Amino acid sequence: MSAPLVVSGLRKQFGRLRVLEGVDVALDAGQVTALVGPNAAGKSTLIKSILGLVRPDAGTIAVLGETIGADPHYRRFIGYMPQAARYPDNLTGDEVLALLADLRGGQAPHDHALRASLGLTAETLARPVRTLSGGTRQKLSAVIALRHEAPVLILDEPTAGLDPLTSSHLKELVRQRAASGAAVLLTSHVMAEVEELADVLVYLVDGRVRFSGSLDELRLRTGQRRVERAIAHLMREVA
Amino acid sequence: MSAARKVLGYSLSNLLRNWWVLGYGLLFLFLTDALFRFGGGGPRVAASLMNVVLIVIPLVSVVFGTLYFSNSREFIELLLAQPVSRPALFTGLYFGLALPLAAAFAIGVALPAAAHGGAGLMRPVATLVAAGVLLTFVFTSVAFLAGVHFEDRAKGLGFALLVWFCCAVLYDGLILLVATMFRDYPLEPALLALTVLNPVDLARVLLLLTLDAAALMGYTGAVFGRFFGSALGIAAAAAALLMWTAVPFLLGLRGFNRKDF
Repeated sequence: MSAPLVVSGLRKQFGRLRVLEGVDVALDAGQVTALVGPNAAGKSTLIKSILGLVRPDAGTIAVLGETIGADPHYRRFIGYMPQAARYPDNLTGDEVLALLADLRGGQAPHDHALRASLGLTAETLARPVRTLSGGTRQKLSAVIALRHEAPVLILDEPTAGLDPLTSSHLKELVRQRAASGAAVLLTSHVMAEVEELADVLVYLVDGRVRFSGSLDELRLRTGQRRVERAIAHLMREVA
Repeated sequence: MSAARKVLGYSLSNLLRNWWVLGYGLLFLFLTDALFRFGGGGPRVAASLMNVVLIVIPLVSVVFGTLYFSNSREFIELLLAQPVSRPALFTGLYFGLALPLAAAFAIGVALPAAAHGGAGLMRPVATLVAAGVLLTFVFTSVAFLAGVHFEDRAKGLGFALLVWFCCAVLYDGLILLVATMFRDYPLEPALLALTVLNPVDLARVLLLLTLDAAALMGYTGAVFGRFFGSALGIAAAAAALLMWTAVPFLLGLRGFNRKDF
């Protein structure tokens, strides 16, 4: 079976700035792939291209074997957790969840266990979103991304702003999803988290993939045992 | 377009709980009521309200609309990551803002008018509400156009305010200037063309032609009235206003479809 998400030859230029210069990435089912790179490496543009928020200049993206185009249908197969979510001020958490389930169509997902494991109580969700803390909104985003059991998960800095307990619950959930066959793409600035969660690492610099392989391959190639040091090694190598 | 309806629904329930929108409705409610109590008969109330409508509605629609659009940016991105098409989202967001604003104004004016009654009042109040609703739609679409094209919130707001300033303030000076500079030439066609270029002036012409208040018409209104005769003039002004709603909306939609977020 082919990989659930295949990006090939992706190019994007904003004005004169070349952000992606031929990026090839494939996400395998059942694996967590960490997308790592310095600031302005093109990570956001790559993720936004996959989500259809950015129109690439060249290259293709295939989700579950279908090359994506103007039809938004393919996004049904993607669960996305943004880095910093903002929701309409006056809606309650419940209403936000209802709207997003409604837009996906089909029946409402049974996500009560998921809400509970992330510590979202019924009282919290009945309050207007503007009264919720940043961390609580982040939990809401996690529920939105995970509850449909989408075959492709894209998590942009998922644990930033979460307390340690919720953070470890969320990591556990991500591992479970991968174990049940989802292809997960994760960005993080915390290398310990990458080490803990990821099977595969894709290192992006200046719009190009400079390394792509398992964490063991990374250790072998750089001669470093810790992922943080290995990445630092890669950064020096490229510079 | 069922996705557009869903987005519209959430946007309505969000904005109908918004204090600015409620306050905006209350402003018209108290103002209309006060004018009826202290401002004399129906036609004079309509004429006084007209001046408020022509200045305040464009200003509030364009400023609130631009800020609303740029504040919704992250949520728009999250919605676009769902299986929702861009035209459906844009349409839902647009009506989700324009309808509550228009409703706040319409209810704010209609309630006191109904309470103070008078059979002769129906026509002026209905025209006033129609013109205000049209202006709301026009300037909300200008606001969305600004929101789509300017990443920077301050720039978007600047553009929006500039459009308002040109339509509501600068334009009258321009008309006077043109009228005095070229007073020896036949000015009617040029003034007609200028009127069509300004939605606020179109609304004024529309109101004055229906209110039949010739004395208040101003230069362009008089020209419009004479040139078209009343019924045709009203139809032409209304059609031009609808164009003013459609063109910025379609330009905004085109920009939204092509935009990289």
